[in-house]
This record gives sequence, C-alpha cells and structure tokens, in this order.
Amino acid sequence: MARSIKKGPYVDAKLLKKAETMNRSGDKRIIKTWSRRSMIVPDFVGHTFAIHNGKQHVSIFVTENMVGHRLGEFAPTRVFRKHGSHTDKTVSQK
Amino acid sequence: MPRILGVDIPGKKRIEYALRYLHGVGLTRARAIAGEAGIDPAKKTDDLTPDELRSLLGVLQGYRVEGDLRREVSQNIRRLVSIGSYRGLRHRRGLPVRGQRTSTNARTRKGPRRTVGAVRDKAARQAMKK
Repeated sequence: MARSIKKGPYVDAKLLKKAETMNRSGDKRIIKTWSRRSMIVPDFVGHTFAIHNGKQHVSIFVTENMVGHRLGEFAPTRVFRKHGSHTDKTVSQK
Repeated sequence: MPRILGVDIPGKKRIEYALRYLHGVGLTRARAIAGEAGIDPAKKTDDLTPDELRSLLGVLQGYRVEGDLRREVSQNIRRLVSIGSYRGLRHRRGLPVRGQRTSTNARTRKGPRRTVGAVRDKAARQAMKK
C-alpha cells in the first residue's frame, strides 16, 4: 500500500537538514548516507550523494527527474556474476 | 468493417466488444464510451450510422488510447532507464520489475527457457570464447 499523502514524503531528518544547510551556503559536497529509504525531495537536486549499498558508498548525482524515487533505488545491492561458461577471472579465483 | 483511429478494424461484433480491439480500451471503458456517444452497446459495429461513428471518434478523443498510450508507457520506461534506477535496470535486463522471484517462473518477462550450464572442460571453454 502506498504511503498516506497526509504524512508527506519520508526523508531522514538528518539528511534533509544537511541538504538545506548546504543549499543555503551554496556548498556542493558529497553527502555520505546510509539512508536508502529516504525519498528524493526537490531540495536534493544538484547534490551528489554517496549511497550505501551494504558494502560501499555509491556516488549518485541527483537530477530533477529522480525526485519522488528513493535513494536506494540508485545503489544496487546485488552484483550479478555470470552463469554458465567460466571466464578467466572466475576460474583464477578458485 | 469501419476503421477507427487508423489501423484498427473491429469486426462484426457488438460495439462494446469491438471497441476493445483498440489498445487501452477494455470492457468497462468500451461501455463508457458507447454510453457517452449515446449508442446502444449491443448494436453491431457494421450497423452504425456514419453519424454514430463520428460521435464515437469524438468521445475517443477524450481518452488516451493507441499510439498516445503506447508512447506514454514507453516514455515512462525510458525515464526509469535513463535515471539509472533499479526499476530501469530490470527493464533493461528484461527481468521482472516489481520484486517477483526469478529462481523459477517469471517466464513472461524472461521469455522461453534458455539453458545455461557450467562448462567443465577447459578446451570446450576456450572454444566457446571464440
């Protein structure tokens, strides 16, 4: 079920504060975050986020048409290693 | 066999069913359209007067169907792909987008089964690479 409109978008309070202070000072630093569940709000546009994927932070530049999506959607948590024929790389690991 | 919106030729059926040959029109919409146009939904398509056909076309302007609908859908998908979101990635790979399992099933998205197995023999592996 979708989130109630009444509540507004969910954004981690910390993250929102950081983005706002950066907007006010005109700063453009990478924001490191673990909050994959946060919705991207218009304030975030133009900033770069380093989103945790469970292992490392993936830096993503937020553009306008990403608004309304969640940060986590842009940092995949799984890596697909090929099925079938083994490449040199996978063979040498054994 | 009248033509509606260019390509579609609904046959000798009642209009409530004939309209469903349009992309984006199901039974509910077909009945709504017939109602709006003031046509009995049980009437056969061939029996429609040119006036009735024209009013049907007029009503259809109010709905996003056929090419416009297809364009909208593909634009939405293109957006997801271009922003690099997870959903776009799934579209690109041709895998289910909404978190369904892929270990089994998911045949609608993945298409006919393709067997891929590990190749044990080293020589065969070299041959496959070429």
